[in-house]
Amino acid sequence: MTVAVKPPAAATVRAEPCLTVRGLTKRYGGLVAAKNVDLDLRPGEILGLIGPNGSGKSTVMKLVMGLEKPSAGSIRLDGTEIAGWPAHKVARAGIGLVFQHARPLMRQTVLENIVLALLPDSLLRLTPDSSVTDRARAIAERVGLGAVIDRRPGTLAFADLRRLELAKAIARDPKVVLVDEPFAGLTGPEVATFSALIRGFRDEGKAVLLVDHNVKSVAALVDRVFALYLGERIAEGSAESVMADPTVRRVYLGGSIETAARPEAAFKTESLLTVEGVDVLYGKAQALRGVSIHVHEGEFVSVVGLNGAGKTTLFNAVSNIVPHAGTIRFGGQDLARMTPAAIARAGIVQVPETRELFGDLSVLENLDLGGHHLSKAQAAKERDKLYELFPILKAREGQSARTLSGGEQQMLTIARALMMRPRLLILDEPTLGLAPVILEQLSKALERLRQTTPITVLLGEQNVTFALPHADRVYVLEQAKIVWEGPPDRFATEMGAAYL
Amino acid sequence: MSLIPARFILIALPILVAAALLPLGVSGYILGLLTIAYYFAVFSMAWDLLFGFAGEVNFGPTFLIGLGAYGAGILNNRYGLDIPLCLLAGTALAVIGGLALAVPALKLSGPYFGLVTLVAVLLLQNLIVVFSDLTGGEIGLTVPDVISIDADTNYWIALGFMTVSGLILTAISRSPAGLILQAAGQDPVVAGALGFNVAKHKIAAFAVSAAFSGLAGGLIVFYMGTASVGTLIDTSVGVQIIIAAVLGGRRTIVGGALGAVFLIAAGELLRPLGSLSTFVVSAAALAVILFVPTGLLGLASFRRAS
Repeated sequence: MTVAVKPPAAATVRAEPCLTVRGLTKRYGGLVAAKNVDLDLRPGEILGLIGPNGSGKSTVMKLVMGLEKPSAGSIRLDGTEIAGWPAHKVARAGIGLVFQHARPLMRQTVLENIVLALLPDSLLRLTPDSSVTDRARAIAERVGLGAVIDRRPGTLAFADLRRLELAKAIARDPKVVLVDEPFAGLTGPEVATFSALIRGFRDEGKAVLLVDHNVKSVAALVDRVFALYLGERIAEGSAESVMADPTVRRVYLGGSIETAARPEAAFKTESLLTVEGVDVLYGKAQALRGVSIHVHEGEFVSVVGLNGAGKTTLFNAVSNIVPHAGTIRFGGQDLARMTPAAIARAGIVQVPETRELFGDLSVLENLDLGGHHLSKAQAAKERDKLYELFPILKAREGQSARTLSGGEQQMLTIARALMMRPRLLILDEPTLGLAPVILEQLSKALERLRQTTPITVLLGEQNVTFALPHADRVYVLEQAKIVWEGPPDRFATEMGAAYL
Repeated sequence: MSLIPARFILIALPILVAAALLPLGVSGYILGLLTIAYYFAVFSMAWDLLFGFAGEVNFGPTFLIGLGAYGAGILNNRYGLDIPLCLLAGTALAVIGGLALAVPALKLSGPYFGLVTLVAVLLLQNLIVVFSDLTGGEIGLTVPDVISIDADTNYWIALGFMTVSGLILTAISRSPAGLILQAAGQDPVVAGALGFNVAKHKIAAFAVSAAFSGLAGGLIVFYMGTASVGTLIDTSVGVQIIIAAVLGGRRTIVGGALGAVFLIAAGELLRPLGSLSTFVVSAAALAVILFVPTGLLGLASFRRAS
């Protein structure tokens, strides 16, 4: 399928904005997820709202939809102030959201799921209406679900589930359509079909907001791009101009990155962790496809990939939390038959991106839980070493973990993992949602860790600035596959363009 | 998408006809047991509308039943109102009391709704004991009027009431409004984004559930001639209703009826075991819930679907 990129008609661009966002701010405790965001969306326009993980783009989308209440600011739809309205009122005012994860009614057919979206919010609708069913059928045909209309969602292919979400949005006939990560998990030809369907919204005069991680994936589709970082606008304009913007380039690629890689030959030939041909399926979606990586004792290896590329899945496969095909060996031992707990005892300690701290326990108690297998004296010694690495934790020793800032929580999570004296430390997106200054502290601590201890680290990151400086070797994971392997200094020239 | 599926009628009709003919062949004692079972069937079906469709666990079905039963009973005992008027007032009281509970409780998320409903039962239980002049307290409330003294008539009324309740609840659950209710129960965020006022639909479901529970509670009082905390309100009664609904099959409505009849019949068949019988029935129910969490009807429909 060839997709002609048609420039929008001049008339539609000059149209008055239907959605006007001014000074939109959202705070979660001390964290500012969206800061003074101003945004206009016109009928017949597709705007790409992009930003890395934790940049606040999902927050902005949720605020517009009414799934979260803004701390400050105004959201106007055709002049009506809708900020702070509950989602069902926002939806009825004319805003629709295509969820990234399909969550249909599993016991109903595809047709019934579309019928649901066509129903008015009435308690008294007790008899089925055949005109509604006919409209649902027409919508199913339009999105390409005609053949599976009587099947239940559980039996559908992944792309068809996404079609069903689009069908529900079409059924509501909104003025403004918000689409969360339109192409996540789709194959090339499916991306083309979905692009055409989304263009269909624009051609009907609807305003479309695409929320995605990088410009590249939506560049062919959008009329304009709005880039967010740490809750603030960093660039706005055409896809080309945003990709060329120096701030955007620095956020996505890092400035001039100093790398300090040690050559692979410097390590023992035998690798500590060997992952060979691992496949993981989540229902219909292939999360990993024939992934092979290896990590030597004492080596620092980064796996770089955008959100949804499969990093967390890879780490969960190593810890045997998700079922997988292929072999994973650690220190010569096959991990296939070991429970996650046994793998952790064998020395693989994973720091999940969700952090999983015990919020009501103090910093000290959290650390002691990590070191519970050590003797009292050993634990105290280990703790002192960690306080040296992260001095702020000593100052916060008696404070409950919930009250720490995001960066302090991340340090505590890493420190707690180190209390377990891992042979292999797996860090999953440690920079998620952290401010640059915190990032630098964390970066320094990691570097000191690398210099002063023989630790082996496997780091998963989408933030290249953070992933490259410490790495001895880098893998790039893209749409469930390893697409590149090499030393960090070659990354920018060979892979950089894909990360904008 | 008809409200009452043809297959359902094909299976249910012969069973109901057979049930209606039972008074010709079985003893008054068994009819009495089944009469109680049919009222409990309505309790369980009304509960499944909340659990299976609105996605809310109501740990206090007996709060609604008790309001209906005592509301109707006191009016008859104290003021000598006619039975239909008493039933109407009892049902209204159950709906009002249910809404007074549900409107604030549904604002809470997670397990708190269930906890509120549980506390409501304890509150009602205590109120009845405290205001014993009005309610008969721990001894129980006696009503001067009964629906009928004929066991057959009582049996047919209960069977008819269960059938009509089952039809109405099934039709609601399969209607467009029922579809919205299921969406609200399964994923309130998505339902809200589709323009549905989730709280409104859940509160309406609670009112419907309360109406059927309250009416059945009132009817059971005028069948037995008495109401007491131990038979109608105690949390163990609520647990029985919940077990019956889960045993029969979540999201099926009629599963609750099957479960209620099964529980009462099994209790009776195992009576020779003495105090062990309750244990055996509970253990069997636990086994079904653990190994067939979709319940007996759920298992059947799953087999068919695959």
